[in-house]
Amino acid sequence: MINLENIEKYYRSGLQKSWVLRDISLNVDEGEFVTIMGASGSGKTTLLNIIGMLDEGNDGSYHFLDEPVHKFREKRRTEIHKHYLGFVFQAYHLIEELTVYENIETPLLYRNVKNQERKAIVADILDRFNIVAKKDLFPNQLSGGQQQLVGVARAIIGKPKLLLADEPTGNLHTEQGQMIMNLFKTLHDDGMTIIQVTHAEKNAQYGTRIIRLNDGFIEEDTMIA
Amino acid sequence: MIRTNKLVKVYHTDEVQTTALNELDLEIKEGEFVSIMGPSGCGKSTLLNVLGMIDSPSSGEYFFQDEEIGHLSERGRSNIRKHNLGFVFQSFNLIDELTVFENVELPMLYTKVPSSDRKARVEELLEDMSIMHRRNHFPQQLSGGQQQRVAVARAIVNHPKLILADEPTGNLDSSNGDDVMRILTKLNDKGTTIVMVTHSQYCAEFGNRIIRMLDGKVVTENLVKQFL
Repeated sequence: MINLENIEKYYRSGLQKSWVLRDISLNVDEGEFVTIMGASGSGKTTLLNIIGMLDEGNDGSYHFLDEPVHKFREKRRTEIHKHYLGFVFQAYHLIEELTVYENIETPLLYRNVKNQERKAIVADILDRFNIVAKKDLFPNQLSGGQQQLVGVARAIIGKPKLLLADEPTGNLHTEQGQMIMNLFKTLHDDGMTIIQVTHAEKNAQYGTRIIRLNDGFIEEDTMIA
Repeated sequence: MIRTNKLVKVYHTDEVQTTALNELDLEIKEGEFVSIMGPSGCGKSTLLNVLGMIDSPSSGEYFFQDEEIGHLSERGRSNIRKHNLGFVFQSFNLIDELTVFENVELPMLYTKVPSSDRKARVEELLEDMSIMHRRNHFPQQLSGGQQQRVAVARAIVNHPKLILADEPTGNLDSSNGDDVMRILTKLNDKGTTIVMVTHSQYCAEFGNRIIRMLDGKVVTENLVKQFL
């Protein structure tokens, strides 16, 4: 599904290059659940952003489903975002002035899904995530765990092939974190490909593979399930 | 435009009861630019959420343009909110999987603005905010200052009468912060009422009045400039 070859990323500061990723080559197959780990500054978020097409390498190639992403025009990139990718971030990123229902519904508005169908899809996800009772509440009226749950619901409502998560449990306490990780495991069991960045070793254990970055290089790449 | 009468907001957890708003009385005229200041925990964000109709008080009354909001159905409140209010938050509040263009366009989908009108309005705002060249990018690809400008564009796309801003410059460096304050000031000059929560005395002085809160109540009010 994902094929990165010799990806490099650096920032220029005057005449100096500040390296973030060096010579990254890796393959991820459909159906994997990969965790990217590493110390702060090791390049994990940058790598995730490049895979998620929110950023580009300075060098190297990236093929997504055999298409050359590094050659994409903006229009193609936007299309892929809408139809194949879902994002979950540490900071929930919900719209504060929209209800839970409206937050979850938003991606469907953009795929021109008809009203009745939208209602059915949203109702189904509210039910699956056990948050039907919260549907008319606003993010500020929910706990952190509930907000993250809504964030995940919104990320997956369009049935993306690939879910990208950056420290999804970073702002949650242990129990809420476990709930989110169990949810990821269920989504993975149902066939979703997941790539997460995390500091937490125990979160990595929910996946099938761990990639460790160090100073922009891949130091380790192990299957764990 | 805004009048509150003995607003109370109490949060109940298992053992503890926290009073965030303690019989708060407030009046804000159309066209004002009011800053709400106070120490952490004084109730400023709670007040902003109640004024923004994204939270309900435990008791007391909130009149928006002479209509008491507590008596309205959720649909009635939603209607008023979507047509009259715009929100700007410290954390930008953008949807990551939508482009800049789509983020700004979003409120108009709720107020059923036709497609061609939407395009024209979004492009007008993106030009104003100098981010037209980023219209097909995603929030993650933008700097903090640019993200906040997108957020402000989205907040004003439906020509709201009232903008509620919670620490709008909190995550920005001073130069970007100044840009945002200048944009808010320009909007206020054109007649938009602004209520802004801020820690920054510097930002507060862009407005015409500063209200200071403590323990859920208003303790002082100072005029910064004469409001005519």
